[in-house]
Amino acid sequence: MTDQGIGARVLRKEDFRFVRGRGKYTDDIVLPNQTWAAIVRSPHAHATINGIDASAALAMPGVVRVLTAADFAAFGGLPCGWLVTGKNQTPMVEPKHPILAEGRVRHVGDPVAVVIAENRIAARDAAEAVEVDYSELPAVVDMRKATAAGSPTVHDEAAGNLCYDWELGDKAVVDAAFAGAAHVTTLELVNNRLVPNAMEPRAAIGDYDNSTGEHTLYTSSQNPHVIRLLMGAFVLQIPEHKLRVYAPDVGGGFGSKIYHYAEEAIVTVAAKLLERPVKWTSDRSEAFISDAHGRDHITRVELAMDANGKFLGLREFTLANMGAYLSTFAPSIPTYLHATLLAGQYTTPVIYSEVKAVFTNTVPVDAYRGAGRPEATYLLERVIDKAAKEMGMSPVDIRRKNFIQPDQFPYQTPVALVYDTGNYEATLSTALKAADWDGFEARRAAAAREGKLRGIGICCYIEACGIAPSNVAGALGARAGLYECATVRVNPTGSVQVMTGSHSHGQGHETTFAQVVAEKLGIDIGQVDIVHGDTNKIPFGMGTYGSRSLAVGGAALVNALDKVISKGRKIAAHLMEASADDVVFENGIFKVAGTDKEVPFGAVALTAYVPHNYPLEELEPGLEETAFYDPKNFTFPAGTYVCEVEIDPATGVTRIVSFHASDDFGNVINPMIVEGQVHGGLVQGIGQALLENASYSEDGQLLSGSYMDYCMPRADDVPSFTVDHQVTACTHNPLGVKGCGEAGAIGSPPAVINAIVDALKDYGISHIDMPATPAKIWHIINAGSVAQAAE
Amino acid sequence: MYNFEYRKPASIDEAKAAITGAEDGKLMAGGMTLIPTLKQRLAQPSDLVDLGGIGDLAGIRREGNALVIGAMTRHAAVAASAEVKAAIPALAALADGIGDPAVRNRGTIGGSIANNDPAADYPSAVVALGATVITTKRSIAADDFFTGMFETALDEDEIVTAVSFPIPERAAYSKFPNPASRYAIVGVFVAKTAGGVRVAVTGAGPCVFRVPEYEAALASNFSADAIADGVVSEDGLNSDIHAGADYRAHLVTVMARRAVAAA
Amino acid sequence: MPNVSMTVNGKAVSGTVEARTLLVEFLREQLRLTGTHVGCDTSQCGACVVHVNGDSVKSCTMLAVQAEGASVTTIEGLAKGDELHPMQAAFRENHGLQCGFCTPGMIMSAVDLAKKNPDPSETEIREWLEGNICRCTGYHNIVKSIRAGAEAMRG
Repeated sequence: MTDQGIGARVLRKEDFRFVRGRGKYTDDIVLPNQTWAAIVRSPHAHATINGIDASAALAMPGVVRVLTAADFAAFGGLPCGWLVTGKNQTPMVEPKHPILAEGRVRHVGDPVAVVIAENRIAARDAAEAVEVDYSELPAVVDMRKATAAGSPTVHDEAAGNLCYDWELGDKAVVDAAFAGAAHVTTLELVNNRLVPNAMEPRAAIGDYDNSTGEHTLYTSSQNPHVIRLLMGAFVLQIPEHKLRVYAPDVGGGFGSKIYHYAEEAIVTVAAKLLERPVKWTSDRSEAFISDAHGRDHITRVELAMDANGKFLGLREFTLANMGAYLSTFAPSIPTYLHATLLAGQYTTPVIYSEVKAVFTNTVPVDAYRGAGRPEATYLLERVIDKAAKEMGMSPVDIRRKNFIQPDQFPYQTPVALVYDTGNYEATLSTALKAADWDGFEARRAAAAREGKLRGIGICCYIEACGIAPSNVAGALGARAGLYECATVRVNPTGSVQVMTGSHSHGQGHETTFAQVVAEKLGIDIGQVDIVHGDTNKIPFGMGTYGSRSLAVGGAALVNALDKVISKGRKIAAHLMEASADDVVFENGIFKVAGTDKEVPFGAVALTAYVPHNYPLEELEPGLEETAFYDPKNFTFPAGTYVCEVEIDPATGVTRIVSFHASDDFGNVINPMIVEGQVHGGLVQGIGQALLENASYSEDGQLLSGSYMDYCMPRADDVPSFTVDHQVTACTHNPLGVKGCGEAGAIGSPPAVINAIVDALKDYGISHIDMPATPAKIWHIINAGSVAQAAE
Repeated sequence: MYNFEYRKPASIDEAKAAITGAEDGKLMAGGMTLIPTLKQRLAQPSDLVDLGGIGDLAGIRREGNALVIGAMTRHAAVAASAEVKAAIPALAALADGIGDPAVRNRGTIGGSIANNDPAADYPSAVVALGATVITTKRSIAADDFFTGMFETALDEDEIVTAVSFPIPERAAYSKFPNPASRYAIVGVFVAKTAGGVRVAVTGAGPCVFRVPEYEAALASNFSADAIADGVVSEDGLNSDIHAGADYRAHLVTVMARRAVAAA
Repeated sequence: MPNVSMTVNGKAVSGTVEARTLLVEFLREQLRLTGTHVGCDTSQCGACVVHVNGDSVKSCTMLAVQAEGASVTTIEGLAKGDELHPMQAAFRENHGLQCGFCTPGMIMSAVDLAKKNPDPSETEIREWLEGNICRCTGYHNIVKSIRAGAEAMRG
C-alpha cells in the first residue's frame, strides 16, 4: 500500500467538502427554534459595576431574555487546568474567573451580560441598549508597572499582581558556574503579545432536551472531551452522559480553541433556561478582546561561556503576562512548557529559570502555537547569536561547538527533560547547504552595491511535543491526563471507522490517520473514515494541541489496530485450522506461515460478525477495539532554519529573500501535509517577528483590535519556502513520529531577528525587539547614520 | 449596523431629491468605507441613497487635454482603462493599488474623494494633477475641495458627478502602505504639468497637502535629487502605533523621491 | 422591508430582507449557502468573496439590496456536480488549504484573477491576494495552487 500508506503524499480526503464550500462549521449549523445570544462586554479595562439596567433592551423587538451574573450564581467559575507551585511550595494565586463579571470587570471585553433574541441582529441591537453603570478603576497593562509598588491590583487576593514566582534549577549552582566563566553575554528582550486569529471566529450553540435532560453543545473547540469534562464537572455540574459536546469542522485553532470559554457555559445554561437552542458567534472585533492571546514575556537572559565559547551555564528571569484571569492552561505555558526547553540543542550543563506570572488588565494569555517553546527558543537563539558576536565566533561554530552529539542520546538535560534521539548536525549541515550559507558574503556585497542591507540568520530549535507522561505531568500540577484514545471499528464488510480523541481543525487527520489504517490493515483509504470531534461517538480524548495528535493519538490508533490484528489472527487461525501463533498478517491477508493457506481481511471481518464458523468459546464475536495510549516521554522534533533578509535603508522595510527549514520530525506519514504545517508555522513565526503585535494603551484599550491595525501576514509579506526533512525516529512511540505542527512558529522568529540584527551590524545594535517593523528599523538606521556622521 | 431606509435613485435628480428629503441621509457610492463604518455602528443615517443605479455616473472619456472620470467609476475600471493608461498611467497605477481586488471592483473615485479619508490614495492625485471636481452644483478646484480630515467643500446635498484630470507631462504616485490596513501611511503624487510641478501628500497628515518647496525645487530640476531632506516637518503629521510623525515626515521625502524617479 | 431578487448560482432567488442585511447574510442565513464565510468585520479577510456579475466582491461589504438583479456566484456554484472547477481541483492537488475556512473566498478570488490574468506570476498572485487572509497555509501552497489552477483554466 505504498501509494496510500505511511510516507505517501496522499491528497486529503476532507478537501472534497472544503473546496466546494460544504464544510460544516459551528456557525453553519441552524437548529429549529434557535435563538441568538449577543454578549455585552466591558468597554473598560478595570471598573466596578454599580448596576445593570436591561429594561430598555428587554423592551426591544425580538428580545427573549437578558442574563447577568446573578443568573449564573449557582455555578462555579471557569476552571484552570494546571496548578503551578512556586518557590517555597507556594501555590499560585487562582482567583475566580466568573462566567459573567461579578461586580467588577478586569479587561476590555470582559463579559458582563447576555442578550438573547430571536435573531442575531435583534440580539446585537438590544445588547447596545443594556445600560451598565461603571465606576472606572485605575488599570495596569505593563507587567513591570504591575509588579511595582503602588500598582493598581487586578485581584485583591493577588498582592503585587503576582500569580506565582516559580523557579527551575539550583540558583546557587548556576551562579557558581557564572562566577567561573570567561565571558557572560546578557540580553534583555520582549516576546511580543500575539492574537491567534484562527480564521473561523469562535462559535457555540447550546441545545437542551427537557424530556431526556440531555444537553448538546456545538462548539468550535480543539478538544471537545476536555470541554465536556471542564464544563460538565467543574462549572455546571452536568454529568457526562447528559452532555454531548460536538466540535464539527473547526476553522483553525492554534491553541486559541483549546480552552473552556465563558460563552460555552453561557449558551449551555441559557438553552436550558429557555428550552430553546441558543447560538453565539463571535465577530472578529469581539474575538480580539475575548480569545486568549499568546506569548507576552519580558526576559533577561544570561549565558556563561568559557574562553572557547563552550556554554557553562544559562539563567533567565522572565515576567509572563497572565492577563486578567487564568485561562485553562495559562500557568503551565511559561513554566513547564518553557523553562524545560532552555537546553535547546546544547550541552549547557546548568540552567536556572525564574518566572514570575503577572496579572494585568488585559485579555487572558494562554497557549498559542508553540506555547512557551517559542519563547524559550527565541531567548536562547538570540542570546547565542549575541554571544557569538561578543566572542568573535561565527553563529554556526558556536552552536556546533555546543551541540548534543548523536552518541549522547538519550540525553538528560539540566531542565528535567530526557531527549530520546536527534541528530542536530544533520539538520544544521543540510540547512546551511540549502541556504548557501558559505556564499552569503558575496550576496551581501552585491546587495550593498544596490544600496540594500542584507543579513542572514540561523536558528537551531528544539521543541517538545505530546506532554507526557500523565503521572509526571500530574505531579507537576496538570489537572488532566495526557493520554489519547482511539477506537477502531471494523464493519462486517471490512470497512473501518476510527473514533479518535484527536481533533482536526486543519491538520488533515481524516487523511493521515486513514493512511496509518491503510498501512496496518492493507485496505484502501477509501474504506476508512476518521470520526472526531463528537463526545457521543468517541470514548474519550484529550484533543489536539501541542503537536500531539500523531505522536499520542496516532500511537493509540496503532495500538487499537494491533488489537484488531491480534484478534483477527485468532479468527483467521480458526478459519484456516491453524494455530494463531503460525498466522501472519501481511498486506491485508492472514496467512499460515510457510503454507499457501490464506484468508483476506474482509473475510475475517465478516466472520467476526457472522460467527457461524467461529471459536465462540474462546473469542467474542465482533471486531472493534479501543486503546488508550499514555506516552512515555515527550517527543523532541528539532531542526535548523536559515533566513536571509534584505532591508531597504531608506524606509526600514525588511524583505525575506529566502527561508530554508530543515526539520527532523521523526517518521513522516504524509510529507505533503507535513510541509504544509511547516509553511503555516513559518508564516506565523515570521508574522511575530516582523508584523504582529497586540498593542495596549496604558489605560488598557487594545489599540490593535482589528485587521486595520493588527497586522496579519498576507501573501505578499512572505516568500515561498524551501523545506526538507531529516529523520531520526522517535524511540518510544510505535510510529516513530515526533509532531510537526508548531516547529515552524518556534524556529522562525529567532532566525528572522538574527538575520535583521546581522543586516544592521554596522549600526551599533545587538538586538531589536519584535515585531521588527519598518519604523523601528528606520529609527535604528537613522540613529546609526546620525552617529556615523558625527564621528 | 443600524437599519435605514434604502433608496436607489435612477437619476441624479432623483438622488438629489432623495438626499434632500431625508432626515439624515447619506450618499453611498461603492460603499467600501461607508459599509464598514455602518457595520461598526459608527454612523446611523436615516436613509442610504445608493448612487449605484445611476448609469451615467460611471465612465471614462477624453475631453481635449483632460481625462474625465465619472464619479461612480470603479477603481478596477480606472486601473484597467486603456484611455487612462495612455493619458495618465500614474493614475491607473494608483487605482490599481487601492485596497484589494474585491475592493477595487466596488470602490469608486467619487466615493473616495467625497469621503476624504486622510489615508486614501485618490485625493493626492486629484490635488497633484490640479483636477477639477464636478458636482451637481458646480466645479470645484482640487485645491479648494479637500478641506480637512473627512471634510470636503461639498454641501450635504451636493453630489460629485465626475473628476476632470488635466493630462500632465509626467506623473507618478509612490505609496508606503500601512502594513495592516494597507491604506497609505504616506503617499506622494508628483505631477509635472504645463503649468508647473505639483506635489501632493496623503496619509501623512490629517488631510492631503501640497509641498511648495518640493514643487519649486522640481520646477527647476525635475529629479529625485531635488527633493531635499527635512522639508516636511513632523509637526502636525499623524502618529499612530505603526508610524510616528518623525517617520512619516521622513517617508514623505523618500516617497517623493521615488515618485519623481518613476515619473 | 425591501424585497430582493437576484440570480444565485444560476437560480433565480428572492427574499424579504431588512435594508441593512448584507449580501453574505442573505446568502448564508436565507439561502443557507454556508460555503461563503465571515472571518472579519473590517472587510479585509476575504473569506466572504463571491462573484457579482462576474467580478469578485466582498459579500460582507455589500448590501443584499445592492445585488438586486445581479448574477451572483458562490463557492457552491463553481463545481459542475461532482466535477470540481479546475481551481478547486488545483487547491486540492496542491494542498492549498488546511482548515478550509478561508478557502471558498480564496478560490473565488483566484478564479477572478485567472480570468483577468490567465498566466499570473508568483508576485502577481501574492499581490492579488492582498484581500484574502489565510492563517494556516503560509500561502506557499495557495500560490502553487493558483498557478496550477490558472494553467488548468487556460486549458
